[in-house]
Amino acid sequence: MYVSPIREPLVTGKKTYKKITDEISAPIEGKPGKAWYAGITLTVSALLLGLAMMGYTIWQGIGTWGLNKTIGWGWGITNFVWWVGIGHAGTFISAILLLFRQKWRTSINRSAEAMTLFAVMCAGLFPLIHMGRPLLGFFVFPYPNTRELWVNFNSPLLWDVFAISTYFTVSLLFWYVGLIPDIGTIRDRMKSKFKKWIYGLLSFGWTGSAKHWQRHESISLILAGLAAPLVLSVHSIVSTDFATSVIPGWHTTIFPPYFVAGAIFSGFAMVLTLLIVTRKVLNLENYITVGHIESMNKIIIATGSIVGIAYITELFIAWYSGVEYEQYAFLNRATGPYWWAYLIMMTCNVISPQLLWFKKLRRNLVFTFILSIFINIGMWFERFVIIVTSLHRDYLPSSWSMYEPTMVEVGIFIGTLGLFFTCFLLFIRVFPVIAIAEVKSVLKSSGDQKDKSETKEKH
Amino acid sequence: MNKYWKSLTELKNGENSVPDQAMPKGNLEQILDIFDKNENASKSNRRDFLKLCGFSLAISTVVASCENSVQKAIPYLIKPEEVTPGKANYYASSFAKGNDYCSILIKTREGRPIKIEGNDLSGVTHGGTSSRVQASVLDLYDTSRYKHPKKGNQKLAWEELDETVKKELNRLKNANEQFVLLTSSIYSPSTISVIQKFIAEYPNVKWVQYDSQSALALIQANEMCFGKAGVAEYRFDYADMIVSFDADFLGTWLMPVEHIRQYTKKRKLCNGNISMSHHIQIESRLSLTGSNADKRIPVKPSEQKLLIVQLYNEILKLAGKEIYSVPASNDNMKQIAKDLWSYKEKSLVVSGSKDTSVQVIVNAINFELENYGSTLRVDKQLHTFKANDSDMDQLLKDMKSGKLKGIISYGVNPVFDYQQGKEFSDALKKIDFSLAMDEVPNETTALMSLLAPDNHFLESWNDFEPKTNRYSLMQPGIRPLFDTRQFQSSLLSWMGEDSNYLNFIKNHWEKNMYPMQTAYPNFTTFWNHTLQQGVFEPGVKSVFDTKFSLANMNSFVNQLAKQADNKGIELQLYESIAIGDGKMANNPWLQEMPDPVTKICWDNYLCVSPKQAEEMMLETGDVVELNSQVKLPVYVLPGQAYNTVAVATGYGRQVCGVVGKNVGINVNFLLPSNDDFTGDVKLVKTGEIYNLAMTQTHHSMEGRAIVREAGLEEYKKNPSAGNESHHAYENASIYEKPKFPNHHWGLVVDLNSCVGCGACSIACQSENNVPVVGKKEVIRAHEMSWIRIDRYFSGDEFNPDVSFQPVMCQHCDNAPCENVCPVAATNHSSEGLNQMAYNRCIGTRYCGNNCPYKVRRFNWFDYTKADSIPNNLHDVAEMTIDLKRMVLNPDVTIRAKGVIEKCSLCVQRIQEGKLNAKIEGRKVKDGEIKTACQQACPSGAIIFGDLNDKESKLVKETSSKRNYHLLEEIHTLPSVSYLTKIRNKKA
Repeated sequence: MYVSPIREPLVTGKKTYKKITDEISAPIEGKPGKAWYAGITLTVSALLLGLAMMGYTIWQGIGTWGLNKTIGWGWGITNFVWWVGIGHAGTFISAILLLFRQKWRTSINRSAEAMTLFAVMCAGLFPLIHMGRPLLGFFVFPYPNTRELWVNFNSPLLWDVFAISTYFTVSLLFWYVGLIPDIGTIRDRMKSKFKKWIYGLLSFGWTGSAKHWQRHESISLILAGLAAPLVLSVHSIVSTDFATSVIPGWHTTIFPPYFVAGAIFSGFAMVLTLLIVTRKVLNLENYITVGHIESMNKIIIATGSIVGIAYITELFIAWYSGVEYEQYAFLNRATGPYWWAYLIMMTCNVISPQLLWFKKLRRNLVFTFILSIFINIGMWFERFVIIVTSLHRDYLPSSWSMYEPTMVEVGIFIGTLGLFFTCFLLFIRVFPVIAIAEVKSVLKSSGDQKDKSETKEKH
Repeated sequence: MNKYWKSLTELKNGENSVPDQAMPKGNLEQILDIFDKNENASKSNRRDFLKLCGFSLAISTVVASCENSVQKAIPYLIKPEEVTPGKANYYASSFAKGNDYCSILIKTREGRPIKIEGNDLSGVTHGGTSSRVQASVLDLYDTSRYKHPKKGNQKLAWEELDETVKKELNRLKNANEQFVLLTSSIYSPSTISVIQKFIAEYPNVKWVQYDSQSALALIQANEMCFGKAGVAEYRFDYADMIVSFDADFLGTWLMPVEHIRQYTKKRKLCNGNISMSHHIQIESRLSLTGSNADKRIPVKPSEQKLLIVQLYNEILKLAGKEIYSVPASNDNMKQIAKDLWSYKEKSLVVSGSKDTSVQVIVNAINFELENYGSTLRVDKQLHTFKANDSDMDQLLKDMKSGKLKGIISYGVNPVFDYQQGKEFSDALKKIDFSLAMDEVPNETTALMSLLAPDNHFLESWNDFEPKTNRYSLMQPGIRPLFDTRQFQSSLLSWMGEDSNYLNFIKNHWEKNMYPMQTAYPNFTTFWNHTLQQGVFEPGVKSVFDTKFSLANMNSFVNQLAKQADNKGIELQLYESIAIGDGKMANNPWLQEMPDPVTKICWDNYLCVSPKQAEEMMLETGDVVELNSQVKLPVYVLPGQAYNTVAVATGYGRQVCGVVGKNVGINVNFLLPSNDDFTGDVKLVKTGEIYNLAMTQTHHSMEGRAIVREAGLEEYKKNPSAGNESHHAYENASIYEKPKFPNHHWGLVVDLNSCVGCGACSIACQSENNVPVVGKKEVIRAHEMSWIRIDRYFSGDEFNPDVSFQPVMCQHCDNAPCENVCPVAATNHSSEGLNQMAYNRCIGTRYCGNNCPYKVRRFNWFDYTKADSIPNNLHDVAEMTIDLKRMVLNPDVTIRAKGVIEKCSLCVQRIQEGKLNAKIEGRKVKDGEIKTACQQACPSGAIIFGDLNDKESKLVKETSSKRNYHLLEEIHTLPSVSYLTKIRNKKA
């Protein structure tokens, strides 16, 4: 296949198929290093702290959080939306980029999808524990019961239940289906009988026959087709939690596209944060190249600009609407007691990604890493700003109030970070971080050795 | 035997021919087979499945039943005649505590009082109540109450106590030693008679009446001016113009419940009435009355005396009489005098001063304005204030000199609320025979050697004459909970008489009150009827020629006029609206009721003017040291006069139950009770910060049309002034408005009548079992009140306009809360109510967020003991112990941790009204159902009714041009509406 000479190779280092398998499977076969143990100790401690704080919340009540009669949602829902947003990159990469035939996705889709799952798990925790009576959380499911109780299909929170659970299920399936050929590979390479048996089970009897491949390809495509609209729908639905309300600052029709763009924006930032470290630690620089980083940075600049325009549109519409409550809500966002949160949001989400117009910075790993952290912080603050600053001063000034989180809420947030990174650390020891089979598929067409040989022949 | 085969394979291999030789399976194994793959070998069938079902059912039954504790509900063996379970009984009675009086109905359920309501038949309070009256029912179940007679810490039987007391009394009588009976003001005719008999029996007894805030100046001034000692009757409803010098007559002065009704009656704009009284308040602290005034003039307390004299002079000038030589008055006073003169005979000047000479001048002003006989009269009197401060000073002197050998105290707490409390307590310790007769411990009773505990008023018989010829009865709603005895019965038994006080009252009434009427042929029917009504108000015509006769006016005028201006900071003490003089400090409902003006609860604090705060760089919450005596947190109160500070008394109780102990600081010692203020106060900022529990922290309406208001003149020209857009958005939606074919319940709040007193919020708390959360939780904005009174300041921060707005659930027909609940726990009834299904609520708080009125309340912790998780109770006020839970309204469920609650428009009362109507086979009558807030309101500002009933009072108000919905532009279609506030401001 002809590849344009200006296109960068997607796999460098003159890899052979064997080499690819060897290198990507290395972390699974070898013993983890000290850094891994140190990391997992840290993340598990954070997770335990979070669990303790969740237990304390459920035992004592939501009163242990900093919420009050005016501000019913705070860090809990901020974290929920933030995690859901982060969970957007994986599916975007694997489904939408697959449909658009973006080959560079093959190096990053596996870990991005894993990240999606872990992020959605973290996100899913919050709606449950932020309930006053989490033990009755099953009330949100429309199950048949003798009391003829039924759920309220008008409520965006109910839509959330379906959106998040569907998204999680489809993402999990998609991820797992993609994993099957690689699990087969790992199974074949395992020496211990026990591990062989485990991977054997997990591989669903994968043999690599043509029939298997054909089925694998078609199910992947079907799932990609299913997952692609979900990428758009999940965060649209999450945004309706706010957009369908009457609270100034929430009641905004721009929310669905703005939330989706923001989600992909933050998702890619988190992928970058993780992969820049992972490629270094696991020696995968030849698979996740600077070119990959640059491609992701381009998506960040696109989505970041959409988010920036959305922020400005919100301000414009608030002024243009002539509604005093709307106008005050946005004035208060920018200049009220939470101005610092708004400033952090604006700086991190709108100004900093604009630096990526410089090619040098796009390809600078240290800069990208720092920027990705900035975006993660900025996108967290975006949700904080939307939720808290809208609620704390709404219609009746008599009820205006202030919010600050308690240690319990902070602890729970740290706990979900712990859960996320614990899962990721376990994941890199158990499954190949890069889709072996898929990378191999682009090696011949987009690998560096192939490029050179082909160009030589022609010239 | 022929071999039959099913298939060729079977024929060939001979398989299947051998029957399964395995051991027969046991029951459980067979059952478990159904989980195997559907192979022929496993022989589980439908029966096994049923067995499994049965087994699971049995197990789950056993497991589930282990958890439940057995709770016994014991039915009546013999049903009491009057008690029908589930049906409330009402008994007419009276509330009387110190100087507070109210005619009430006691609501009892299954024999226990659970709620106090106003008695409509009373000609004094007319069905109105105050927050303290509403809260008094909780005191019945106060855990700190004395439970039996005591000597020191030793429990006594009543017989033993009686013997001891009688011995002591006789010993003192025989030795002719001085002995004092110290009580609060007694305005019960029978009690007075008992005391008089007691004094006749023991002539060495001296009776001293003591009020923490006495009305001595009024009493003396009337005696000097008209030769008739006593507090005059005020009729604010007859006054077209009211000028009040520091008299907080809507808050704490004399009888606020009565005043609020009179005041708002005159200002009610309905039935074609378009006139209102014009109210001018001249005061230093922004009081509840001042915040309702049409014009408020902030002045220092020291300046008031001169102003009053100047006003007198101006009026004399207008009357064409000889004037006194006093400094020339300013334009304000000239204008006021002119206005007053134009409202001659229909104006009223009052003063809260404790200076007799001030009250003399005020009397003179009213006399010159010819107000006597119309807006106030001295022949009819208020009897709830009788104390003479000098008696108390004499008592202290006698105690210190050792002349006094014995003391009995009843209903007073001078160690706490007397200025020389410390000296009083030292002297009290030296007295050999001291006997307390209070129901709850206080600083004074703690120092007494003997204790004969009184009943709670809900356990007592009594009668009252709060005003001339206005009698009322007090009857018990329950038998005494503890081994206590009424004060009067105790006195009677120590005289050696029949200790049945009820008989004594009956005899007294037969002799004295029965002859005052002619309607009833015999005493029994008269008595029964009066008891049922609660009040007896014979129409006694009195002709009194009010003659002002005071020779030396000149000296009074000069005395007041020459008082030099005090340049320093002046301190005033005031009673807080909730706590009063501190007698009810152990009542958690009152402690948690925010002050109407400052919106602070659970504390007292120093009110400082904004200018002073700026100068001293003080902010709300900063702690200052006052005269190096007390440290107090500061509250910057808009409207507080510059160079004045004020702090509430009644706080800082040391000896009382757990609720009121150490709440705030006792400041009674700072000021003699008969002084209005003290000057030259030194304030020093300490740098400490103190967290005040405020239920409202933002005081401006931000220019939003939340409380809509207009001036009276504008209103006269245009009835919808200030409310031009009223109901303009009603049909703005593309959807049709929801229809409610049968009933459509609604509520209207007249903002022109609401004075912000807060009685409704306590009534709601009592009716709906609203939990108490405590100070820390209020600081975290976790208070649970279903109805709150928003207070906004507008205009000038040094003398702001104040607006009050009660806000409860608006019961929107297009409710934002309803469509966001994922489990449909909040939904709309077919009668227009927004209802909560607590059992269904999972606590997402989305409804609370989406409520534009922020009236939904979340149970942040287990406040009520209704949570299933142990050891997480948050109960600071003992509200969940069995004794106090007796106050719970059984018609309203208590809410568990983690659910949202809110105003239900007293759905239990609606249901009761509907059922009553149904039983009688008729429609619900207008006015038959009253919500708790409406019932409690002394000004009738809240009206509940059926919006579908076109004849109802409610519809009359909602079709008024003044009617509007709160935030109607967001189209929530509330069932609750408001009427604009009209201020009678003169240009």
